[in-house]
Amino acid sequence: MSNVTMTVNGKTVSGSVEGRTLLVEFIRNDLHLTGTHVGCDTSQCGACAVHVDGKLAKACTMFALEANGSEVSTIEGQANEDGSLNVIQQAFKDHHGLQCGFCTPGMVMAAADLLKTNSKPTELEIREHLEGNICRCTGYHNIVKAILAASGQDVSNIAAE
Amino acid sequence: MYNFEFKQPKTISEALNALKSDEAEALAGGQTLIPTMKQRLASPATLVSLSKISEMRGICKNDDGSISIGGGTTHADVAANSNIFPGLVTLAENIGDPAVRNRGTIGGSLANNDPAACYPAAALSAGATIVTDSREISADDFFQGMFETALEESEIILSVRFPVPSLSSYQKFVQPASRFAMVGVFLSKFENETRVAITGASEEGVFRWKEAERALNEDFSEGSITDFVLEPSGMIGDIHASKEYRAHLVKVMTKRAVKSAS
Amino acid sequence: MPKDSGIGAATRRREDARFLLGSGRYSDDIVLLNQTYAVFARSEVANGIIKTINTSEAEKMPGVIAVFTGDDFVDVGGNPAGWLINSRDGEPMKEPKRPVLAHGKVRHVGDAYAAVIAETEQQARDAAEKINADIMELPAIIDMTSALSGSNYVHDEIETNQCFDWGWIEDNREATDNAIKNAHHVTTLELTNNRLVPNAMEPRCSIADYNAANDDYTLYTTSQNPHLTRLLISAFVLGIPENKLTVVSPDVGGGFGSKIYHYGEEALVLAAAKRIKRPVRWTASRSESFMTDAHGRDHVTKIELALDKDNNFLAFRTETMANVGAYLSNFSTVTPTILHGTLMAGNYSVPNIYVNVKAVFTNTAPVDAYRGAGRPEATYSLERVIDKAALELNLDPIALRRQNFIKSDQFPYVTAAGLNYDVGDYDAIMDRLEHHADIKGFAERKKISEKQGKLRGFGVNSYIEACGIAPSNLIGTLGARVGLYDAATIRVNATGNISVMVGAHSHGQGHETAFPQIVADMLGVDPNNVEIVHGDTSKIPFGMGTYGSRSLAVCGSAIVRGIEKIIAKGKKIAAHMMESTEDNVDFEDGVFSVRGTNKTVSFGDVALKAYIPHNFPIEDIEPGLEETAFYDPQNFTYPAGAYACEVEVDPNTGKVSIERFAAADDFGNIINPMIVEGQVHGGLAQGIGQALLEGCVYNDDGQLISGSYMDYTMPRAADLPSFVVDHTVQTPSTDNPLGVKGCGEAGAIGSPPTVVNAVINALRSAGHDITHIDMPLTPARVWAAMNN
Repeated sequence: MSNVTMTVNGKTVSGSVEGRTLLVEFIRNDLHLTGTHVGCDTSQCGACAVHVDGKLAKACTMFALEANGSEVSTIEGQANEDGSLNVIQQAFKDHHGLQCGFCTPGMVMAAADLLKTNSKPTELEIREHLEGNICRCTGYHNIVKAILAASGQDVSNIAAE
Repeated sequence: MYNFEFKQPKTISEALNALKSDEAEALAGGQTLIPTMKQRLASPATLVSLSKISEMRGICKNDDGSISIGGGTTHADVAANSNIFPGLVTLAENIGDPAVRNRGTIGGSLANNDPAACYPAAALSAGATIVTDSREISADDFFQGMFETALEESEIILSVRFPVPSLSSYQKFVQPASRFAMVGVFLSKFENETRVAITGASEEGVFRWKEAERALNEDFSEGSITDFVLEPSGMIGDIHASKEYRAHLVKVMTKRAVKSAS
Repeated sequence: MPKDSGIGAATRRREDARFLLGSGRYSDDIVLLNQTYAVFARSEVANGIIKTINTSEAEKMPGVIAVFTGDDFVDVGGNPAGWLINSRDGEPMKEPKRPVLAHGKVRHVGDAYAAVIAETEQQARDAAEKINADIMELPAIIDMTSALSGSNYVHDEIETNQCFDWGWIEDNREATDNAIKNAHHVTTLELTNNRLVPNAMEPRCSIADYNAANDDYTLYTTSQNPHLTRLLISAFVLGIPENKLTVVSPDVGGGFGSKIYHYGEEALVLAAAKRIKRPVRWTASRSESFMTDAHGRDHVTKIELALDKDNNFLAFRTETMANVGAYLSNFSTVTPTILHGTLMAGNYSVPNIYVNVKAVFTNTAPVDAYRGAGRPEATYSLERVIDKAALELNLDPIALRRQNFIKSDQFPYVTAAGLNYDVGDYDAIMDRLEHHADIKGFAERKKISEKQGKLRGFGVNSYIEACGIAPSNLIGTLGARVGLYDAATIRVNATGNISVMVGAHSHGQGHETAFPQIVADMLGVDPNNVEIVHGDTSKIPFGMGTYGSRSLAVCGSAIVRGIEKIIAKGKKIAAHMMESTEDNVDFEDGVFSVRGTNKTVSFGDVALKAYIPHNFPIEDIEPGLEETAFYDPQNFTYPAGAYACEVEVDPNTGKVSIERFAAADDFGNIINPMIVEGQVHGGLAQGIGQALLEGCVYNDDGQLISGSYMDYTMPRAADLPSFVVDHTVQTPSTDNPLGVKGCGEAGAIGSPPTVVNAVINALRSAGHDITHIDMPLTPARVWAAMNN
């Protein structure tokens, strides 16, 4: 076992892990932050997406020890300070961008990553940025719409409501 | 996953030392190795992470006009910082997905030499030199068939030196599930020669399509390869594409590469 | 009720906050004190005889607490099929036992033959590798035709691979044959409906907790229907008394059918928890999900359509082989039969229909209901053969469909396939579709595509489905071994807010938002004062769960009935409070009033009085305000729709892209249009996935080639367009009090033929003499079709 220390959602945390302990296992099992999910074992579904040192990463495809000393943010750290939904989260709610909710944390983390570098993405750019996030419920229509809306763009022509 | 000892050296020499231990393996971005380990198909006793070795990261321009990319440079960094080599930018920005591009590295991709990976096509097409801790290997000698390279055990890729072609293009037809290349064609046009490397298609891994190169050397146009028929027999056939279809795609993608580079 | 919160309002979902903040509670998020981990040893071969299983090395591994094999379950029951289907000759279907762990034989890759319980998951996994099983591999039975003709059997004891040979309706067989023989024109099409893997994003997970002192069990499990799961475990498999077993399905990350069924892993963790007297948990890896979740579709069909000289439909006749896999999953026998054959009239007036289905055992994972369940298979066959007939007869595919539609004044309409369609207006739906599809603009768009070197095609379909399963009376006569009512308990609390306990389970459908809209509308209360409780058998009345687009039509109707009882009782209390009689009390917008007077009392005051029954006519009225209603409909509901799609095909690569997609549906009355649209979007994505991307492939040895997301193509955002959806045609169901029909499966039913029709149209317009390509229409398949 090795000691690992990192900052998660602004808080310094440490634990004792095996070499093989994945970052997502550390987050879920040791930190009990269960909003980060595991939906596959081939690094494709994106349900485990978090930010490591400000960059989108799949927490199932990183060892916890690789994040030693890093700043990690998860879905639990995304809300506004008063606990209310942030702009992206609120847009997902406003535009029905989620159904079962399982892929949702990863989608929100991917959306936040996109909007950091591209404040007004096109529909196509959004769809391409979600290449590593699979949703089985929504058909993506309302996820795309929510991200467009979160970036302050008009979504009235995306679909009837 | 089987357990292992995790080491995270900060310098190349520390890394080389660590790799000397029994059944030690280097961990680059881990985007292929970690899923493989989850399936218990790889079981290193020691895993030596290269991700904290800052001297292995970054891109610089050399005096002879070539560029050197550190083996630990992520796909995202290559996509953002290699504007002088447009084919390479296209390639890097279309590997996997954004999260994979933030972790996966050029050194890891080349060392693994997955037959459907993108980087081997760029290295082979551009005639890159793979710089390891002990020697320099030309791309023509480096790739030795599916998942096989000239690397010795515990030899690591420190950087890759790419001559920058005057024209370049990477055309990838994705395998729709994995997002690897079903067929990827990298075309590099230098002053005196054109090189075409194909990934995803052959049972032998990445290869140069020399027939197309000869034709393009004489006449750099789509039309010059229209009449070629690539023999399907050595192509990969799987549930996504037959050998015949892959052979056909090689030609289609090569023509697109010529058109896009022109 | 203000239209921003009652029936018809696009109320934002209250469940979203917890999912968006990362505080959902899925099964795998639950941690129990002293818990242990189960890992299964699974067959690597498709067919084999288990000669010996030596567990001694595994038992000695660090952290191992117990090891189970099939021997431990020989005395318990099998996991049953929920529906008895008889063959044409009256013989009942073959029903081999489906054990908790394979015993004697393994029958598909992934078939579990042992399980290890250990302190950690990794220890359990390490030990599972040390189980030494001597399994003699046998030739795999994979291809259905060979399975039916060969003499190797998936289940030796039944000496056949045919589960049943079903005819629907057998008495119509001869008339249908004659109609086809004498028809002016017959169009024939052979097709496959490709096998799919459901792939709910949350893998299955089951956690068992056993309390030895009470001898009772709690099972946390990813189920769409906790009561059904409990019933199957109690009555058929383990024999745990129902009153000693609580099944909890907390937040569930999608189901699409795959989480309807009881699986052996649930029984295993329960039995293990009892033996070791500690909680036992198991979470599937995605690879296990691919191997063991019940798959969908997998039909091979020949369909014939007979027309008279005026292009009127005379008959549909089909012969289908339906793969049921290695074991009968719970709904596997009803899906290719009742849910498929009865829909074979589609939206059409056609006098003769005969459907033959042979269900076939193979060495593959069980196949069962997946979003649409039988109805997509029926729709695909019908809508493809109609398009082919239009080609052969040089007719406009929309006109041919319209000509043969059941007309709006013909309802109720009893089809030759035996269903009684209560209401509909298929021409009105097609009008809406033609509006959105902008058919006039197609020629111009095609020109633009051609300039870019692309072929462009247009395709339509129309579909009908039978939802809201089911009328227990009717399904009982058709072989169902369960009833399919649903239930709701309305508990008005003393302070006037309301808890509604429902039998339906919400795993994406938004019940926690939509159901309160009904309650709020009927009782005139703020929907935020209504809480929906679901997914816990210790809290909810016995309901049958969520599938088959039934939750609103069946459980929603139970809520209505329950509220009617609440209002009736409320009137009695109000009458007492206002010194009147209940006959003279009206209830509207949350206020009880005495007719013809200005006396009123609020709903909240009545609730308070019910729980503080001072000065209360205790002889006539019980205290409290809580009612339960079970609702069992008389008929199915019949949502219908028409879809249109435009595709571009790259002639150099065969790659298809969806450029436009429009859907017009009639779902009857709508409670929450935002949720309805989301359901349609999701269904469309799954249907388009089936048409273009998804295919589950076993090789001849029975190895699952498409066993992960590396080889099974899930639709991603960039594979899909934005959709235009329309639900303005609303012919309310005449059968249920809400007039609703169900919208969960529509998109997945209507979209596959629409896409294929469009691709065929594109290819033919470029001169390719292609009438059919089997799904999924991958680039390789389209290219091969163009170049053969």
